[in-house]
Amino acid sequence: MMKLGKKDILGIRDMSVDEINTILETAESFLEVSTRDIKKVPTLRGKSVINLFYEASTRTRTSFEIAGKRLSADTINISASTSSVVKGETLIDTARNLEAMNPDIIVIRHSAAGAPHLLASLLKQSIINAGDGAHEHPSQALLDMMTIKKKKGRISGLKIALVGDILHSRVARSNIFGLSKMGADVVVAGPATMMPRDIEQMGVRAYTKIEDAIKDADVIMMLRIQLERQKQNIFPSLREYAHHYCLNTRNLKLAKEDVIVMHPGPTNRGVEISPDVADDPKHSVILDQVTNGVAVRMALLYLLTGGNE
Amino acid sequence: MTEKKNLKIVMDAEGIERCLTRIAYEILEKNKGMDNLVLVGIRTGGIFLAQRLQKKISAIEGQTIPLGLLDITLYRDDIAKKKQKAPLGKTDIPFDLTDKKVILVDDVLFTGRTIRAAMDALIDFGRPKMIQLAVLIDRGHRELPIRADYIGKNLPSSLWEAVSVHLLEKNGKDEVVIEEEN
Repeated sequence: MMKLGKKDILGIRDMSVDEINTILETAESFLEVSTRDIKKVPTLRGKSVINLFYEASTRTRTSFEIAGKRLSADTINISASTSSVVKGETLIDTARNLEAMNPDIIVIRHSAAGAPHLLASLLKQSIINAGDGAHEHPSQALLDMMTIKKKKGRISGLKIALVGDILHSRVARSNIFGLSKMGADVVVAGPATMMPRDIEQMGVRAYTKIEDAIKDADVIMMLRIQLERQKQNIFPSLREYAHHYCLNTRNLKLAKEDVIVMHPGPTNRGVEISPDVADDPKHSVILDQVTNGVAVRMALLYLLTGGNE
Repeated sequence: MTEKKNLKIVMDAEGIERCLTRIAYEILEKNKGMDNLVLVGIRTGGIFLAQRLQKKISAIEGQTIPLGLLDITLYRDDIAKKKQKAPLGKTDIPFDLTDKKVILVDDVLFTGRTIRAAMDALIDFGRPKMIQLAVLIDRGHRELPIRADYIGKNLPSSLWEAVSVHLLEKNGKDEVVIEEEN
């Protein structure tokens, strides 16, 4: 029998290797459901899942919604721009009101780090963190780990390079926690203004040049450059960023021949990744990540629901 | 672990082998050959029995009968009540079930709830022409109106007894045992 020892999925940092493996193995079985003619199983009939999104999202919200629907749960989407948030309701009041409607799981994305943890401590429902500020994005790291495991057969011992804006990236943080736990050799690269001070304390090696990080890599994970950050004078221009940090067919040759290229999306083509690399079927697994994302989220919803038996 | 006592072997390797041979012939007799016939084994015990039936039927008829594997966990009626989850196995039915005669294969027929779940799952995959059920052991105590078409052995049992089919493929030994649960 298997069981997650938690009520909530808040981050990878407090997850054990066993729990990660349980989720990845369960997700593996859910992949097949999405290939059927009737892409639906009755498992979570009568359960409801609320997707509470305070930040824009296409992929993650749709992915959670599809995951819930394929398990026959009722999914309800609330986005901040069309809710009473615009009338000034606090997060806690919104949460209390949602709780009063008795959902089973609340999936939340919020620009403030710790918002899901606040809800988890207040509400009896299971909370899934779908991204909180620059803190964590556990379901993304899990789908990334699943993609690596499927393509490479393992995570342990692989050289995995994360390139881009490490400082503001919750995807990077969750992946660094997860991949290190699973035994990968994680290296990061990015401009000094986008690199957390003390990054080495997370157990990774840091470089300022992309070439140093991706040399002999088994996996390259490119991070989205958040265009809105340019206003904070973190980088001078997109052109200059692309000149130094864009993954293209030329620097890709430094990596292992069978390297896989990942990106959490949305991609800025020609900025952090060149279109010919993003679309290269030999290396790019960007769309596999999306497919695996639905399966991982089905696994999370499945493992979190249930009574106390 | 619950302690078990009074372990009794009710069928040995030869017994299992003979039952499966008989069931293979019964399936072919009842369906007049293997036209449109497919086997679907229920995880985990049923898949090994289904694989053995596949070999026997294919040997008799001289062509391979299609075999699918079904995990019914997602269709169980008690899943939403339990926090503990059985490991989810993969379902692999590599053919269209529409208009096929499906022989569902399981090791032990007990309450009938597994078979109910399996039938719901199969019907989500297509519209079979018919579904028949083959089991190695029927131990009684049905909770649903379900019966088997092919039975290896009827084994009247008490509710406090556990009936287990041990197979070479997963337990290293072929035998059916009955034991009292404390």
